[in-house]
Amino acid sequence: MTVATETVRPERVRRRGGPTRTSEGRRAEARLALWLLLPAGIVLAVIIAYPVVRALWLSLHSDARFGTSEFVGLDNYIRAFTGSGSEAFWQAFWFTTQLTIVTMFFELVIGFGMALIMNKAFKGRGLVRASVLVPWAIPTAVAARLWEWNFQPDGVVNQVLGTDILWTAGHWSSFWAIVIADVWKTAPFIALLVLAGLQIIPDEVYEAAKVDGATALQSFRRITLPLVKSAVIVAVLFRMLDVLRIFDLPFILTNGANQTETLSTLSYKESIQQLHPSYGSTLSTITFIYIILAAFLVNSLARADVVKASGGR
Amino acid sequence: MPRRFVKFTFIGAVLMLVLTACGGPDEGGGGGGGGAQGTGPITFVAGKDTSGKYPAVIEKWNTAHPDQKVTLLELPEAADAQRSAFVTNLQAKSDRYDVMGIDVIWTAEFAKSGWLLELDEGQFPIADMLKPAVDTGRFEGKLWAMPYDTNGGLLFYRKDILDKANKEAPKTFDELKALCPLAQQNNMDCYAGQFAKYEGLTVNFAESVQAAGGELMTDNGTKAALGAPAVQGLTFLADGFKQGYIPKEGITYQEEPSRRAFMSGKLLFLRNWPYVYNLANESDPANKVKGKFDIAPLPGFTGAGSSSLGGLNFAVSAFSKKQGTAVEFIKFATNQENAKEMVGLTGNAPAWNALYDDPELIEKFPFLPTLKEGMQTAKPRPVTPYYQEVTTAIQEEAYAALQGQKAADQAVNDLTTKLNEIGAQG
Repeated sequence: MTVATETVRPERVRRRGGPTRTSEGRRAEARLALWLLLPAGIVLAVIIAYPVVRALWLSLHSDARFGTSEFVGLDNYIRAFTGSGSEAFWQAFWFTTQLTIVTMFFELVIGFGMALIMNKAFKGRGLVRASVLVPWAIPTAVAARLWEWNFQPDGVVNQVLGTDILWTAGHWSSFWAIVIADVWKTAPFIALLVLAGLQIIPDEVYEAAKVDGATALQSFRRITLPLVKSAVIVAVLFRMLDVLRIFDLPFILTNGANQTETLSTLSYKESIQQLHPSYGSTLSTITFIYIILAAFLVNSLARADVVKASGGR
Repeated sequence: MPRRFVKFTFIGAVLMLVLTACGGPDEGGGGGGGGAQGTGPITFVAGKDTSGKYPAVIEKWNTAHPDQKVTLLELPEAADAQRSAFVTNLQAKSDRYDVMGIDVIWTAEFAKSGWLLELDEGQFPIADMLKPAVDTGRFEGKLWAMPYDTNGGLLFYRKDILDKANKEAPKTFDELKALCPLAQQNNMDCYAGQFAKYEGLTVNFAESVQAAGGELMTDNGTKAALGAPAVQGLTFLADGFKQGYIPKEGITYQEEPSRRAFMSGKLLFLRNWPYVYNLANESDPANKVKGKFDIAPLPGFTGAGSSSLGGLNFAVSAFSKKQGTAVEFIKFATNQENAKEMVGLTGNAPAWNALYDDPELIEKFPFLPTLKEGMQTAKPRPVTPYYQEVTTAIQEEAYAALQGQKAADQAVNDLTTKLNEIGAQG
């Protein structure tokens, strides 16, 4: 639904022989570059810019199922924030936010643990790596159906725990059901990214630490954590973008019952089920902006942290 | 030369953007009279054909009409996905779809949008068909769609347990409640339907209201009816959860989980669709009720209950260029002979009165006579172009009452306000 694009600002390359080159030649080169970039630009415009602008445009119009749609300015936004749609909107907003924070916490902790295990050399490591990654390989919709079965009153979860919980029939039980299913599915993804980060840490660093008499905990805190940090930040960003627009799991597990609507299920229901494309676009535009802001915030926090950490040393 | 090519591509892309931007969500004003014209090959669009009922009909038609061949286009199985495919296509006024198999609850919405061709009642044998089923194809006094199959609820019950206690199948909910101690003695739950928050809850709520002699909406789907019968119906369901004659798992039940509960011997009474009948008679280690159950029409509060109608209607797209062929194909596909074949293959409830008395079919599907009894009092869900909003409101309020978050009368009051608002959109 939303695509995060990162623009790389090309550093202006200072050419040593600059002045000697004719400005005509440079202009021709720039023109060629423009033409070469154009196809990619068109593709981006068609698949990213157009839908975004169109949604924005739609969100400023009224929904008239059987009449004509009119320009209404920010009415739809007012409706979502403070008007007749506000109850549903804020419920979805906070539920999505809670879900994001809680799932990310568990995924990070569990995924990190998995990565540490997979990074150790031991017999059968290949098997462990492969089996840890299985949930990640299952499509989310399939995983959701699977957990729908597991969470049924007579399902596996209740049998194993020896409980009698109606998982999908209450707000918090639904919340935890979604969290469990999501963590099961995507902790391996975090593990994969963190593992990649762990594997580029050279063994020599650990050996040097050992020679210096560092304990295992110390070398974890002083070596592993700082060096794997950039990989973790990438993982956190990815997951945050994903969970903020979570759809499949709540849609299949609860269908929004008991105040478990998320921003994406709510937008879907408004635009597709209720056929209110304008209000639905409003909701998805808000979601889009929220995700951008959240990504920006996390990114700048993480960067500030990195700068502080490196400056302090 | 390559530069010019690039330039043209660019201009083309810009033009495309501008053109698509202009094609906004303006509504179709098509439709109109019964003058179906144009013949030729057509496309028949319907949800995924899981039981293989269409190929034979299409084959027969194609053999007889080689110049007007019908091609089947299958949409996803999920109703929501089907509806969005139809809506996307029809909003764009595309002539891609000619004959459309649409859920009974979409008829009014599609008709009001100007997406359907009005059908000439005189051309269809509606007098020989179930009136409530035909009514699902009507909107504002006109006929827009023909029923292909229909569907009604039945009460499944454990005949072995009732027989042992010398009891008959309950005709009213009071009788049903009085039989619940039998369930307790046998370590099972008493009654369930479909109470998860989805379309099935709307059906079960509607049936409970109709059981008390009421209905959901009135005045052509513009005003809430509800009232005292709705309070009585909803109270019965909510009390079921409170007092335990409906198991607490019931709040998560859709058709399939409730069927499994019944077939694993955990339920004395179950409201479900006829498809359960043949499944519950199969030999399967998980099926504990083979030969031990029977069916009855849905109970009411004072007399017989009343089912909600499901089923599939066939309609012609207002944008089809071959409406003549499309109308003829609907006549053919829904005629009695083909309907009989369809019922024989699927066990779906026919729209034709006579087929409920057909000995061959009854032998294969013994539930037909009981279903026929229920069909006489069955009612369509509200025929309103705002059905989706209506059903969302119903699910919201009924679910809150069943969860004990709202008193039944409060939920009915709130629902009345909501339905009146929805209906007033005109």
